[in-house]
This record gives sequence, C-alpha cells and structure tokens, in this order.
Amino acid sequence: MKKSIAIAGNSGPKVRSDCEIVLEIKSDSGLTIDLTSKVRVLYGESIKSLVSELLTFFGIKNAVVKIDDSGALPFVIAARLESAVKQLISTDLEYLPELLKENSYYTTRDRFRFSRLYLPGNTPGLMINAGLHSADGIILDLEDSVAPEKKDEARILVRNALRQINFYGAEKMVRINQGRRGLDDLHFVIPHNVNLILVPKCESADFILQVDKEISEIKKKFNLKEHVFLMPIIESALGVEHSFEIACASENIVALAIGLEDYTADLGVTRTVEGNESFYARTRLVVAARAANIQPIDSVFSDVADMEALKQNVLISKSLGFEGMGCIHPRQIPVIRQGFSPDQTEIEKSKKIVLAFETAKLKGLGVVALGSKMIDPPVVARAQKIIDLAVRLGLLSVNWIDELPHDEN
Amino acid sequence: MPVKTVINAAGRSVPLEINGKPVIPFKGVGMHKPDGRKYSPPIPTCSDYPDDGNKVVGSLEEALRKCGLCDGMTISTHHHLRDGDLISNKVFELASTMGIKDMVWFPSASFPCNDPLIKYLDDGTINRIEGSMNGPLGRYVSEGRMKGTAVLRSHGGRVQAIQDGEVRIDIAVLAAPTSDAFGNARGTGGSSACGVLGYAKADYMYAGKVIVVTDNLVDLPCFPMEIEGNYVDYVVVVDKIGIPEKIVSGTTQITRSPDRLLIAELTASFLEISGILKDGVAIQAGAGGTSLAIAVFVHQILKNKGWKSKFGFGGSTKYMVRMLEEGQMGFILDAQVFDLDSVKSIENNPNHVPYSVFNAYNYHSKGNLTSMMDIMILGATEVDLNFNGNVVTHSDGYLLHGIGGWQNCLHARNVILPIPLFRDRIPVIVDEVTTLCGPGELIDVIITERGIAINPLRQDLIDSVKGSGLPLRTLKELKDEAEKICGVPQKPQFEEDIVAAIKWVDGTVIDVVRKIKTV
Repeated sequence: MKKSIAIAGNSGPKVRSDCEIVLEIKSDSGLTIDLTSKVRVLYGESIKSLVSELLTFFGIKNAVVKIDDSGALPFVIAARLESAVKQLISTDLEYLPELLKENSYYTTRDRFRFSRLYLPGNTPGLMINAGLHSADGIILDLEDSVAPEKKDEARILVRNALRQINFYGAEKMVRINQGRRGLDDLHFVIPHNVNLILVPKCESADFILQVDKEISEIKKKFNLKEHVFLMPIIESALGVEHSFEIACASENIVALAIGLEDYTADLGVTRTVEGNESFYARTRLVVAARAANIQPIDSVFSDVADMEALKQNVLISKSLGFEGMGCIHPRQIPVIRQGFSPDQTEIEKSKKIVLAFETAKLKGLGVVALGSKMIDPPVVARAQKIIDLAVRLGLLSVNWIDELPHDEN
Repeated sequence: MPVKTVINAAGRSVPLEINGKPVIPFKGVGMHKPDGRKYSPPIPTCSDYPDDGNKVVGSLEEALRKCGLCDGMTISTHHHLRDGDLISNKVFELASTMGIKDMVWFPSASFPCNDPLIKYLDDGTINRIEGSMNGPLGRYVSEGRMKGTAVLRSHGGRVQAIQDGEVRIDIAVLAAPTSDAFGNARGTGGSSACGVLGYAKADYMYAGKVIVVTDNLVDLPCFPMEIEGNYVDYVVVVDKIGIPEKIVSGTTQITRSPDRLLIAELTASFLEISGILKDGVAIQAGAGGTSLAIAVFVHQILKNKGWKSKFGFGGSTKYMVRMLEEGQMGFILDAQVFDLDSVKSIENNPNHVPYSVFNAYNYHSKGNLTSMMDIMILGATEVDLNFNGNVVTHSDGYLLHGIGGWQNCLHARNVILPIPLFRDRIPVIVDEVTTLCGPGELIDVIITERGIAINPLRQDLIDSVKGSGLPLRTLKELKDEAEKICGVPQKPQFEEDIVAAIKWVDGTVIDVVRKIKTV
C-alpha cells in the first residue's frame, strides 16, 4: 500500500530554529493545519499561509498538517514540508524560495581557503549565523554529519539554505555523498549558487570525472556560466597513493584536502595530536597538490575546546606546506586564519630580502646580498610569496616599497 | 469597571489609580521630585522585648500569629535564596491554613520555585504580587487570572516605594543563613549560605514587624551582621531555609554559543576602541552567559594594557573575582553573589564588600552608585527604534521577567546592551516596545552580531569610533535586516484590562501590561 503519512524535520527540547512536520494526505475535507509554535503569536498566520501556498503548489488540496515548530525560518519550514510531500507523491516540481541577491556571488580559483567551516546539512540552527564568523568557506555537509534516514530532507534544506541564507561573502561549499547518491546531490545544489563541491573519500580520478560530467550537464541544462570548483578529500591509503592523479583529474579542482579521521582508521592506527602517523600522507598530499598547482588543505582539528593545541597544530600544518584547514567550530576560525597568515617577523624579513633584490637589480648587480649573506633566487621567490600573501591579506600596503622612509628605500 | 487613563510623558496610556490607590504618571527622567518626609514604621519599646535578647519562638506560624497576621496584610521577602528559597511559599501555605485572605506578596524578586504560589492566588489567600513575575506566574498574570493588579518595580524602585511609604510592609519574613537569638543575621555561614543580604535592608528597617528565619542559629553576636537585631521582632529556627545547590549555582559559565561570543567580542572591541574602557574604569556586568564572556574579554584587555578597574559592582561571579584576585580590579561592591567562588571571595577577601541596594539604586536619596559607573552592560527582551527598552514582556505580550536592577543601572555613563538581533525567529528590535521599561534617552549603544547602533544623542561615542572599522549601523537598518531574515511579525492582541503596572525608579507609572487576548 502507498504510504499516506510522512514525517520530516526535527523537534525536541534541544532543537531550535527547526520544525517537525507530519503530513497526511486525505481524499477530502480540505486543509487542516495544527500548529504548535513558540512564535505562534508573532508568525502563526504567516506559517499557515506558507503551508497552504506550498501545498497548493504541489496540487495537494486535502491534507492534515501537524507542525511542531521551534522558531524555524520560512525557508526551513518550506524545506521540511516539501520533504514530507515528496515522501508521499512523486513529482519533479521544486518549491524554491527566493534567491538572495546578496548571495549571488562567485569565487575565484586562487582565493584564500585558510578556514572552511563544516555545518551539518540537516541542522538549520547552526547555518543561520554561520556567515558571521568570517570563515573563508562555509561547508553545508550532506555526507557524514547527516543520519542516513535524513539524507533526502537534508538536500532540500541545503538547497533552500543556499538560496536564502546570507553567508556574507564566504565561499559556499557543499560536501556531497559518495557514489550515486553524491551525483544526485549535485542536482539539489548546482543550480542554486554553490561555489565549490567537496568530494569525499576520493580514491581515484574516476569519481571526480563523473562528478565533473554531472556538473557540466546540470550547468548546461540551467545555462549556468560561472565556475563550480572541486575539492577532493583524500581519506584512505589508496587515496594517498593516487593523490597526484586525483589532483590532476579536472581543471575545476582548486584544492586537495586530507581527512585524517578516516585515513588513520584505514591504517588501523590512533590519530594523535603530534600526527606522526599521518606525516607521510600529509607530506605526500602537499607535494601532489603543489605539483598540480592547487592548494593543499589540512584535516580538521577535533578538540574544539583546546585552542592552544589547535594553534600548535596549525603551525605544524603551515610548516608542512598546507594552506588551510577545516573547522568544526566557529571559534577555531580566527586561530586558523592567524596561524596561516604570515606573522610580523616573517613579513619584516621578507621585506628586507625583496628590497635587497630590487636594489641589486637597480644597480645591475647579479648577486643579491643581505648583510654578509648571499641570497639565492629561491629565497627571494619565497620572500616574494610571503609579501604577496601579506598584501592580499591587508597586512601590508601594495605600495609598501614606495611608502618606506627615505633612508631605507 | 473602566479605569481612567492618561497619556504619560513617554506617550503611554496609564491609569491614575492602581489597586484602589492613586498613582502618578511618568513625567520624564528626573522630573518627579516628591516633597514630604519619608515613611516611618511604628516606634517600638525595649520593655516589650526579652531582656536576655532571646527572641526565638517555636515556629514560623507562632511568629506570624504574634505579629498579628490578618487579612489584607503585605508580606515582604527577599530573593537571596534565589531558586532554592523554602521560606516565601511556607508563609502563604501557613496563611492559607489560617484562613487569611487578600494578602499582598512583596518579594524583591520571584523565581520558578515560587510557582506553587499560584494555588494561593487562586484560593484568595494572596490578592496580588508586587514584585517580579517569571515563567508560570507571569503567564498567570498576563492571562488576567490574578485578582489584584501586579506592580513591577526595579530593585531601587522597591526601596524607594518602601521608603516613600507607597508600600507599607506589615511583616517582613527574612530568611537568614546565619542568625543569633537576638536577630543579628548575615548571608554567610551555615548550609544555606547566599553571601549577602543586601536586598533585605529596607524591609527590616521599615516593616511593621520583622521575623528572621534561620537554619543556623549561632551564639550572640552573629558577626558581621547585615541585619541588625534591634530591628527584629522574632527569630524562628527551622531545619532548612533553602536548597543549597539552587541558592547559588556551583559555577557560572561563559556562553559557549559562537554567536553570543561574537557579540561579546564585538562589545569588548567597542569598549576598547571608543576609549570607554580605560585605567580606573568602574564596571558592572551581569551574570548572563554573554555578560560573563564580555567580562573575560575586558579582563584580558585590562591585563594587556596594564590597567586596573577601580571597582566593579556585582552580582559577582568567579570571572569578576578573578579580576579582583589577579589585580585588575580594586574592589567588588556586591549586592548579590551568583556562584560559589564569589561566596568564598566575599567571606575571605576584604576588598570584596557587601553593598546594599539602598546605597546603589534608591533614586530618592542623595546620589546613586549607578550614575558613577562608567560601563554598564545590560540586556533587554526588546529595543525599539527610539532606543526604548523592554525587559518584562516578550514580543508575544506575555509577562516573563522582573525588572531587577535594570532601570536603576540605566543611569550609568555608558549603557550598553549586547543582544542578538533575533532569538530563534523573534526579532529583538521593534518599531515600538511592547512594554516600556526604560526611556531611550538613557540607552546608549545596542550591540548585535550584525552591527552596532549608537544612540544619536551620543555624538561623542559616534565620533569616538568613526573610521575604526567597527560595523556601525542604524537601528532601522538592523531591524530591516532582522525582518528580512525572520519575516515581519504580527503584533500580539490585548484586552483593555490592565494586569500589571510598571513603575519607573521614582515611583511614577511608566507603562502598564494589558491582559493577553486568548484565541
């Protein structure tokens, strides 16, 4: 027998900014809405009119809708109800909330990806203010943070979130699932202003190619011109072995990330704070990414309470060559950003080297010397990289040489 | 019966009479200056009291009888035992069995533990509450179920009302963690220690009769004495005056919400950049999670700069105690303590001093501590486009909080409200506050996670942060952003009936709460 009652969303004493909807489609008697909400006095009427508009959109005239609301925003209520509807009827229709103008931005290949904040894809309460914390990227996760039975409704919620939440300029990323489900996930996010897709548990170029193909078909269908970048995540020994091949699989790949929880599990070892067990994998991944001219990105640090350990972790990560790290709590963002940014000593030293190089060039000297030390070209190149980074981060003026006091210049 | 109302100086429609007694509508900040003399309680005589100083009687019931408990009396209690108080409810339970009717409960605040009093409001033992009403009690009042009209006052307004004779306390029943048989009492010691008894001072000085209830009777003299025994009529010894773990929280914690931490961080930056935070600053912040986080950030700034706050005004928490102990704060002046670290500190640290609300908050006195504070961190349930604040009702119209010291604290030099732009889906910035508790002219800065709004009256503050990169916005811009996210809320519907009056610090009526229209 065909299912006639559907449940979507979440409720309970700890749930906020979400709702649980029980939908029963009837054969007659019109629409009954039973609303329990802590914002009933303020939004009761608007919730009811949203429900009735959405059901009309899907051609449902007779139904009983029970809503247990804990202050869900309209796009959340709409997502929950659409999920319930789609459990009961088969339809290609999508009830799309307005696409925020403020969110219609695209990103570039070489932008900073120091910090990217993971948000569970079925927990709207964590998404609403996520953009305020100045992460370089926001990841709406459809994979490991979503329970298997909630995967379908998370897609619709993430789709609506991409259209409705102002992420204040953060790169909008979605981590899709593995395999067929992952390819299907793309249909819920590509047409809705996503900037980058994280592809989990990559072990070969093959799946990347499938993802790339699916994306270009969707883009063609919706006539989308802007880039959707890819960031494969390497999370196994096989993935590490194939990391260069993966890094080169598509020109849309801008970064390669490592996931150490799964990697250490694959090796059967314990993940430690020092990280000796993953040293090879991390170094190998950095080299592969560099060789493919993309950004190497480190794994998340899971102790959200220990900011000092995080700081140490970031310094190690930076010293290995990584250019960014995942975050699972907004408080980790400033620590990570600061860690990957060049510090004042590095900037000052680099300024001296670059200045010595420029002076030598002006004087037509072939050899660059700083004090009694000869400076090799790679040293200059590294210093120039740090200067460029400092300028892009706003730590140094673009005209810093001209702005130097005269005797230094 | 329709009540006669007038429009007060804040533009609110308020009655001229509450509970059968004439009241004065709000005239504007600092405009109401009463003449006359303070109220005085009856003159007692030593010969009516035992020469050996032993005022202990057998039970609370006996003490109440000896005080002449009868219909219509006003009973006061203090809230230092917070949610662990076992005494307030006991008074009305006894009064109910004695068949007493139409009493007025005049607490310095109420807590969820007082919800059982609804039973005595229902059976007519209590006519009304004049004090704070939270949770179910607030709901009860909002739904128009209380016989009399509630009167909400600030901590200072309560002292003012007692001193000016607006409220005449017949019997003050004062729970004391430690007392001697003469009635000298304090807030420390014993198993129900609450730290200080600052809110009980006006009660014992002005009440007709005073009963001290303790579970820790010590030999005379109980020292240091916060309640002086020569104001006390009877002492009652019981097994337990309170539930210790509910009197003070074992530990207060800063917020873990990243959004609240963001607000706290922004607030600390604002304080630093504007120059309000400086060496020698006087600070008050509450015990809410965001305020505690602000205290931690402020502490760090003081430390980094080598500055010291000359004093902080409590309610104290371990975060303030840490500033005192690490040398970034000269004194803590305290009217109440919130956690065990603070109880310990006030017992042991001579620079952590009990300080009564009398000195801090009473507007009808010769100066208040609050106007000398440089930084005042407060909250609000709503703020409107004119910077007016509401702390007693929520946007849905229900009475849910007391005023506490909020109105009194508005007199500080810089009043800063760090608040989220919306709570769940409920916008905090509105066109007009549901209930007016504090006039906008006294509220200087609103700090939300999406920007900072400075009152246009404070051009000096606006200038001080110009070009700093702080996200400055107008309240209108913030309100529009919240409504874009949450939707434009409907307004709650009210009946004509007035269920509660909101007093300003000078005893005038600044606003009223009307009965909720239930569908």
